[in-house]
Amino acid sequence: MTDTTGTSVEVRLPSRLGFEKVAMATAASVARLKGFSDERIEDLKTAVAEACINAMEHGNKLNENLSVGIILSTSADELEVKVLDNGSGISRQPPPPNIDRKVHGEEDPRGMGMFLIQKLVDEAEWVRDSKGKGSYVRLVIRLDRENEHDKESE
Amino acid sequence: MQADTKTTIDRTTGANGVSISVLRFTGDISSTSKESVLGAWQSVGSNDPVLLDFTKVDYINSSGIALIIQMLMEADKTGQKVAAFGLTPHFQKVFTMVGISRYAGLYKDEPTAAASL
Repeated sequence: MTDTTGTSVEVRLPSRLGFEKVAMATAASVARLKGFSDERIEDLKTAVAEACINAMEHGNKLNENLSVGIILSTSADELEVKVLDNGSGISRQPPPPNIDRKVHGEEDPRGMGMFLIQKLVDEAEWVRDSKGKGSYVRLVIRLDRENEHDKESE
Repeated sequence: MQADTKTTIDRTTGANGVSISVLRFTGDISSTSKESVLGAWQSVGSNDPVLLDFTKVDYINSSGIALIIQMLMEADKTGQKVAAFGLTPHFQKVFTMVGISRYAGLYKDEPTAAASL
């Protein structure tokens, strides 16, 4: 296995839906080098995709002149992914989605992205730039949580 | 960059000879899939149970999940039963996380799913 500790990989994407797949593939490659299991890599890919889609749609309003930045950093036992956009960020977390209310037409059927991110990674944090010049979401998966996720999914 | 969604409609027979509509999806299910997914749903009879075939789907994002929920909304209105098969283990987990599995049974293959309806 390649020693990736202390390395950083950066990608910039246009704010065009579909390009989140580039970030997914990059995150998967780094996670594989780091030794994460296939199951955790799939979790990370979905979380990264949702973070990128939020950045493109809500942060950059699908303005293709604005890019979404992805920074992947590794330490001894974790992989951190930051997804950056030019938006002002979120002021508060939305309530968790309610499938019953959605199916009965009482709640927008959309709005699963942030919920999935929080469920699929070990840590998720939404950060607003204090000067109002952008925001980012920070995702972390940890190698020492591998076994816990295996047990949860059994 | 996103793979187009193609949806074909088949028919099969389930337990007790019940007629079942099968929606077979190919490609991605995302924000660009609305016409293909919901258009196909509108083509099936409102009395038949429905199978959703994800065998040839590689990528589903939250916008795609919203389309699946919209199909379940329609099924709920008419009392139609819905089951799904062919999802990867990851997307079975995601569908269970968001609660879709409470409204559409998730099965490993078509015969098992058809037998549930």
